[in-house]
Amino acid sequence: MKEGLTLLHRLNGHPDSRCWFVSWSPTGTLLASCGGDKAVRIWGREGDSWVCKSVLEDGHQRTVRKVAWSPCGNYLASASFDATTCIWKKKNDGFESLTVLEGHENEVKCVAWAPSGNLLATCSRDKSVWVWEVDEEDDYECVTVVNSHTQDVKHVVWHPTQELLASASYDNNICIYKEEDDDWECRATLQGHTSTVWSLAFDAAGQRLASCSDDRTVKIWKEYPSESGNDLSWKCVCTLSGYHGRTVYDIVWCRLTGALATACGDDAVRVFKEDETANPDQPVFSLAAQATKAHNQDVNCVAWNPKEAGLLASCSDDGDIAIWRFQQED
Amino acid sequence: MSGGTRLENANPVIFQRSGERLLTAADEDEDVQDPIDDREIFDLIRSINDPEHPLSLEELNVVEQIRVKVNDTESTVGIEFTPTIPHCSMATLIGLSIKVKLLRSLPDRFKIDVHITPGTHASEEAVNKQLADKERVAAALENSSLLEVVNQCLTARSI
Repeated sequence: MKEGLTLLHRLNGHPDSRCWFVSWSPTGTLLASCGGDKAVRIWGREGDSWVCKSVLEDGHQRTVRKVAWSPCGNYLASASFDATTCIWKKKNDGFESLTVLEGHENEVKCVAWAPSGNLLATCSRDKSVWVWEVDEEDDYECVTVVNSHTQDVKHVVWHPTQELLASASYDNNICIYKEEDDDWECRATLQGHTSTVWSLAFDAAGQRLASCSDDRTVKIWKEYPSESGNDLSWKCVCTLSGYHGRTVYDIVWCRLTGALATACGDDAVRVFKEDETANPDQPVFSLAAQATKAHNQDVNCVAWNPKEAGLLASCSDDGDIAIWRFQQED
Repeated sequence: MSGGTRLENANPVIFQRSGERLLTAADEDEDVQDPIDDREIFDLIRSINDPEHPLSLEELNVVEQIRVKVNDTESTVGIEFTPTIPHCSMATLIGLSIKVKLLRSLPDRFKIDVHITPGTHASEEAVNKQLADKERVAAALENSSLLEVVNQCLTARSI
């Protein structure tokens, strides 16, 4: 079998607007998309094609920047420029708005669920990261507000198994947070990128974190046993430079195959594979496949299907969603 | 933009506007493919109004044709603009107006980069970073009062 990225489907996801983000449901059967048209759309497979199953409108007054599924797949959170985060609950065939989380001073840029499903994190242009606790009655309470960044916070992501949170910012840094005596604190600041860090992704084991930036590079960070006791120790072990022609807007690490995919402002989708024989302290990644004209405009997001190895979704400023098959050499 | 009574740069130097583009026989020949050139891009932005003076960006020398770089085959446009004074608080607004004008006028395939002419503004790096951040530009353009100011800059004046 030959390595490569093959286009399977192209959907006009958000006509006449940007498609900012796509997210697979935990079972990999549904894909949620959001965009500049203030709507969230849910896509599902019907036979050999993908169709829009529902449109979630009226939840937001402005652009919906990102969406995230709860680990159980019954809830969807949407982060909007209208400064709120909406929680949607799956009901029969559709979704209904359950609650609206307010508090950020301006645009909410990202939302993410902890692996337990009991915690939710949001971040905003107001420079803060908020952690929310969810109880059995579907009530959400903000348990902490952390102000470790000095600028607009672009992305938040949880560790795959632990209650460890990472955030990326316009201040070029990455922060890692842990709970300590009921309080969430920044326990490590990862410095190295020379411009905005747009997105982050943990590997399957959660020992490494990949980041992508406006500086056109991707960095791989690895956790090391702490020398000083309290603080966490993360070091940059690899920098991928020279591959991306413009800003790298998103990065995603496949939990099933270990392949790393990027979304770039040069319209390309790229897939990198790790050389497994390399020294783990100096990992080597090489370009395994790329679609240089994956979209007609900037690619904003890439997402690996959590159940079907090699199935990749991407979306773009041109409003389209594309679904790809990444084939590996056997 | 506080109060609006005192002008930041009360006596700007005014430059002469350039003449109209000279049309050649090839320009009028429908069978000749004309790539988008620097002059065409310059013509799109030269009559943008300054937010503070009843003058165009060309008349204030904020934009010049030599600071326009277009590559039609690569679908890239690079613009450098020169604020009239190094502490101009309108620099971001002027850059945003240039960007919006080009976003609205050019085909979607173009990547548009708007920067301050190196060495001409105290907060050059911060302004450039903000103008390059499409997420913040998108959020700014959803702000109706800001959009109104941008549209005013982009409305052609009757001379």
